Amino acid sequence: MRPAALAAQHETAADLLDGERAFRNNCANCHGPDGDQIAGIDLGRGRFRRQMSDDDLVRIIRTGIPNTPMPATSMTVEQAQKIVAYLRSRAATAKTGTIAGDAVRGKALFEGKGSCTSCHRVAGVGSRVGPDLTTIGMTRGAADLERSLLDPDADVQPNNRFYRVVLRDGTTIDGRLLSHDTFTVQLLDTREQLRSFSKSDLRQSGFIKSPMPSSRGTLSAQELADLVSYLASLR
Amino acid sequence: MTFRILLGVLFAAASLQAQVSFDRILHGDREPQNWLSYSRTPTNQRYSPLTQITTANVKNLQLQWIWQARSLEKFEATPLVVDGVMYTVQAPNDIVALDAATGRPFWTSPYTPAPEARACCGRVNRGVAILGDTLYMETLDAHLVAVDAKSGQPLWKTKVANAADRYSMTGSPLVVKDKVIVGTGGGDGPIRGFIAAYDARKGKELWRFYTIPGPGEPGHDTWSGDSWKSGGVGVWNAGAYDEETNLVFFGTGNPAPDWDGSTRLGDNLYSDSVVALDADTGTLKWHYQFTPHDELDYDSTQVPVLADIEWQGQPRKVMLWANRNGVMYVLDRTTGEFLKGKPYVKANWLDGFDAHGRPHRVKFPSAEGTLIYPHVHGATNWAPPAFSPRTGWFYVASWENSGTTAIAGQFPRAASSNNRQTAMGQTNLVPFTNDDTEPFGVVRAYDPRTLEPKWEFKMDDITWGGTLVTASDLVFSGGREGYFLALDARTGALLWKAPVGGQINAGAMSYSVNGKQYVAIAAGNALFAYALP
Repeated sequence: MRPAALAAQHETAADLLDGERAFRNNCANCHGPDGDQIAGIDLGRGRFRRQMSDDDLVRIIRTGIPNTPMPATSMTVEQAQKIVAYLRSRAATAKTGTIAGDAVRGKALFEGKGSCTSCHRVAGVGSRVGPDLTTIGMTRGAADLERSLLDPDADVQPNNRFYRVVLRDGTTIDGRLLSHDTFTVQLLDTREQLRSFSKSDLRQSGFIKSPMPSSRGTLSAQELADLVSYLASLR
Repeated sequence: MTFRILLGVLFAAASLQAQVSFDRILHGDREPQNWLSYSRTPTNQRYSPLTQITTANVKNLQLQWIWQARSLEKFEATPLVVDGVMYTVQAPNDIVALDAATGRPFWTSPYTPAPEARACCGRVNRGVAILGDTLYMETLDAHLVAVDAKSGQPLWKTKVANAADRYSMTGSPLVVKDKVIVGTGGGDGPIRGFIAAYDARKGKELWRFYTIPGPGEPGHDTWSGDSWKSGGVGVWNAGAYDEETNLVFFGTGNPAPDWDGSTRLGDNLYSDSVVALDADTGTLKWHYQFTPHDELDYDSTQVPVLADIEWQGQPRKVMLWANRNGVMYVLDRTTGEFLKGKPYVKANWLDGFDAHGRPHRVKFPSAEGTLIYPHVHGATNWAPPAFSPRTGWFYVASWENSGTTAIAGQFPRAASSNNRQTAMGQTNLVPFTNDDTEPFGVVRAYDPRTLEPKWEFKMDDITWGGTLVTASDLVFSGGREGYFLALDARTGALLWKAPVGGQINAGAMSYSVNGKQYVAIAAGNALFAYALP
């Protein structure tokens, strides 16, 4: 059976709802409610560790993957197909955004007037201090991107948080927090150096606001739309 | 009495590598060098009488050996040590015998679970039990296996339940007299859980107690319709045994389906409970349900801890319980009487108890989502706590400030964008970027008489690790950050730490060989043993 035919059989709203319910009851315990809790796998966005056809997914849901925590289930082919259809529908929705603006103009803004590359990196160009945006269009919709540009502190992903340490001699070092524990802190500092500190050597340490400036008042509505369009095209 | 002690001393001294009788297991305090049961003795106090490592010299602890498992699964097992030989489990189900002084392997007894074996939360195992010259292990494919402790040769294998029906087994068996008592996991799926006793010699089933009452049995009416047939209620952690009353105690798991309580109306007995069973017959003597009609996976499979304490001026035989639901309990272990219950972390799902100890629940999953504390993963989970008869305090590693958004009939959501789900423990260290608004791990000492904390040691990251307390007033613990910690049992002060390069998902244990005390902890995929130089 061809993958397209598989999905087409289960595109009714009721089937997708069934698929969602089955996903939440059977899969979400390990994969998480959004399907993105296992490294390298984002079920809600159609990302797997290797290319997966719908047939592959149905088979894995039913038989599991030997020698991994992915168990077999007693689901029928039809039940598994509904889960796959639900995941595909989510992935399709996730990629859809209301894109306005001109991506080419947006790219010019990104690299020029916007000075975005002073912190961000796309395809190997730009700074590593802020989040790498090479595939940001795959994980963020237009509305999210616009909000991040206008209100950078509103929703900072935990792995993009900024942190400040103050050494005993008063030296202050800011950077993107890579990890911390009870005794140590690891940063990528603003000079793109990987730094690790023992908290016992610090006078002070803690989270700080995102250094990203708001585009509000600095970019016109059209420029903002262009920039969002460019970012959404990065996949 | 004098004769018994004398006999015990002579027995221990004269017969190195003697068979492990039940009397030895029951009276483990007579042989401080050994660790003969999951939490050392069937009281589950996880209290080591050894005193060579002290609060003064613990800072000098040095790594003695590492044993690396050929397994990528979480290492949740607590080893046994019998007269210098250590027994542990390489997940999912290989039993390994090691020289406890050097970590060198004597043998591995491999066991491959059948392909239909499934587990909700990792292909793990929490350790073996021993009686005589035989080791006992629960398997992921729901069998009880017996292996010769000297050679590793399999002796027998009994099917406890049908793995294809989603039963699995991951706990450490409880040995009582001539029986091996086990529980069936898999309660996140449509099983009907049970506890069963097997003849230690041949593996024949001797009694069975279903954790969901059948038609005509008391409690059956706490399940609507046919929901009792597939209502879950697994049992997947070690039980306890009280010699005086001849009762075994087990904590039971959540009802299934986990989140959709509408299909199983009622209290759903004996889910999220402790059941006290006659050790000889499996007859239910009493029960206490911690979380009636659970809709947040508040398994109560924590190991029961039995202690004799002073209660309102009188000696009392109690059971201490730090529950996944965020509440700590003191029960009379002879009668099951509820003596006290109190949240020990941020918990908002109840606002008190009635006179019988039934919680008054005030938060319910809703269509729009209800913020409920603690998180679905709970205040604590499988990791074992400890009790010190010296300090009289209960030592618990837990998650603080963990909430979840409970949506009726659905997998609970993260409480906020910053309050995320986490996998149920992993082996490797992972970048950690939570801020102060998010859940954190903490080790606390509680006075069981008040359930008030006496001290706390706060970690940045959460913990899936347990606690060990020693007669020299040391508490050993650790968590997801991958540090093995030694704390002062009276003050909580950090006295020593060692980075172990992997997450700690188990409880520590202590033993001695040739007069040298060791402390062992599983972390990542390896087992680490420390001692003084």
